[in-house]
Amino acid sequence: MTRSRSSKGRLGALPLLVFFALVFGVPALVLVAGAFTAQGRPSLANLTQSLQGGYLTAMIGSVRLSAVVAVLGAVIGTLLAYAVVASRSRLLREAVLTASGVLANFGGVPLAFFWIATLGNSGVVSGLVGLPSGSLYTFWGLVVVYLYFSIPLMVLVMAPALDGLRPQWREAAANNGATAWHYWRFVGLPVLAPAMLGGVVLLFGSSFSAYATANAMVGTVVPLVTLKIASALTGDVLIGYENIAMALSLDMVVVAGLVMAIYLPLQRRTSRWLH
Amino acid sequence: MAALTGLERVSGAAAERPPRAWWRGVVLLLAAAYFLIPLGTSFWYTVHTPTAGVSLSAYGELLTAEGFVRSLSLSLGLAVATIVLVLLLTLPAMLAVRLFAPGLRVVMEVLCTLPLIVPPITFVVGIGTALREGTDLLAPTPLWATLIAVQDPAFPVVLVLAYVVLVLPFVYRSLDAGLRTMDVRTLVEAARNLGASWPYVLVRVVVPNLRSALASASFLTLALVLGEYTVASLLGYEPFAVWIVTVSGSKGQLSVAVSILSLLLIWLLLLAVSTVFSREKGK
Repeated sequence: MTRSRSSKGRLGALPLLVFFALVFGVPALVLVAGAFTAQGRPSLANLTQSLQGGYLTAMIGSVRLSAVVAVLGAVIGTLLAYAVVASRSRLLREAVLTASGVLANFGGVPLAFFWIATLGNSGVVSGLVGLPSGSLYTFWGLVVVYLYFSIPLMVLVMAPALDGLRPQWREAAANNGATAWHYWRFVGLPVLAPAMLGGVVLLFGSSFSAYATANAMVGTVVPLVTLKIASALTGDVLIGYENIAMALSLDMVVVAGLVMAIYLPLQRRTSRWLH
Repeated sequence: MAALTGLERVSGAAAERPPRAWWRGVVLLLAAAYFLIPLGTSFWYTVHTPTAGVSLSAYGELLTAEGFVRSLSLSLGLAVATIVLVLLLTLPAMLAVRLFAPGLRVVMEVLCTLPLIVPPITFVVGIGTALREGTDLLAPTPLWATLIAVQDPAFPVVLVLAYVVLVLPFVYRSLDAGLRTMDVRTLVEAARNLGASWPYVLVRVVVPNLRSALASASFLTLALVLGEYTVASLLGYEPFAVWIVTVSGSKGQLSVAVSILSLLLIWLLLLAVSTVFSREKGK
C-alpha cells in the first residue's frame, strides 16, 4: 500500500521535476561550469576578473544602490503604512493598499518612461523646477525611480504586521507606566523587527536584480552589475566575455542567495504574529 | 529617571493626539505628491505638445503603430501558453505530493522557491549559453531540430519555458494557499470510493474547489509575462515590453502612452485577482 502510494506521488510530481531539471538545472550547471572555465580549461580567472576593475565598480554600485533604496524604502514605507493603519479610515486604507499592490508590481520599462517624462531632460517637471540636464540619469535619480516600486512593496509588507500590534499591548504597557518611547522600544519594534528586516531584504533583492528600468533609463551611465552582464552578453563581440558574464552572474546569485537566506527565516517568524 | 519621564508622558497623553494626526497628514501628503505627480505629468506629456496643443493622437496612433499588434499578440500568446503549462505541471505535482508523498513536500517547496533567488538576468545567461552549447553538442542528433524549433522567432517556446520557471514561486504560493482551504484527502478519497476516475476527480472535484487560486495564479502570470523585458530582450525576441523600448527611440509620446496603458492593465488584473479572492472569502 505505502509503496504504491509513494510511487503514485512520484508519478504526479515527475513531470515538474523533469521540467525543472531541464529548464532550470541545465542552465544553472552550464552557468557554473562556464564561470569556472577559461580558454577551455578549469580556472578561477573569470571569477577573479569579475571582482576587479570596472566589474567590481559595477558590483559595488549595484549593492550600494540596492542598499540605499532598501533602507530608504523601508523607513518611508513603514511610516506610510503606519500613517494609513493609524488613521483608521477604511477608505484611505483600501485606496493606499490597492495602489500599493499595483505600484509594487509596476517595475520594468514603463516605470522608466514615466520618470523620463517627468524628470527627464525634456520632462514636464524638470522644466518647471529648472533641474539641470541629466540629473535623472544618475545614482540618486535611480534611487528616486526605484523607490516608486520599493515604498509600495514595503507598505504591503508592513500593513499586516502593523495590524498585528494589538491595542491591548499598548494599553497594558501604559498601565504599567510605560511611555510611548518605552512601548515602541520594548514592545512595538521587537514585534515589528522581523517584518521590517524582511522588508529591507526583499527591497534589496528587487532592486539588485532589476535590469529593465535601469537599461531603459540610464544605459551605461551608472555602473550596475546587471547592465555589465547584459553588455558582456550582447555588446562585446570579443570571445571570452561570455564567461565573464557567467562569473558575474554567479557573483549575483551568491549575493541574492545570501539575501534570501536572511529573508526566508524572517518571513516565517513574521507570520507568527499575523494570526 | 524612567519613572519621571513616564509620569510626564501619561499626563500629556491626551494632548498628544493632534500633533500625531498632523504628522500623519504630512506623510500622506508627501507620499501622494511623490506617487501622483509622475502619473499626472506622464499623462500631460502624452496629450500635450508645444506645437499641436492638447490632443489624444498618441493614443490613436497606437493601433496603427508598426509592430504594436504583432508584439502584443506575441506576448498574449506566450502568456496563455505559460499559464497552461505551469498549471499542468504544478497542479498534479502538488496534489500527488499532498496525497501520496508528503515527504516530497519540502523538496517541492525548495524547488519552487529557488527561482526567486536567481535574478532573471543570470537565468538568461544560463539559458543562452545552454542553448548555444546544446546546439553545438546535439548537432548530429535528432534533438538538434527540437532545440532549433523552440527558438522559432514566430513563437519562441524557449520564452514559455523560461517564464514557467520565473512564475513558479508565485503560482506555487497561490495554489498552496488554495489547497490549504480544502480537505483534499477527504474529498479525493470520497470521490474515488464512489467510483470516480482520476481525470474525473481532477476536473470535477479538485479544480472547481481551487477556482479562485487558479484564477489568481493565472492573472499573476499574465501580468508578469506581459511586462517581462529582461529574458526576452537578451534572448533577442520582441514581445510587448521589448517593443516599447524599441519604439521609444523614435516616438517618445507613444512609449509613455503605452506605459500608462500598461499601468491600467496591471491595475485591472490585480483588481480581478482581489475580486476573485474576496468572493471566495465571502462564501
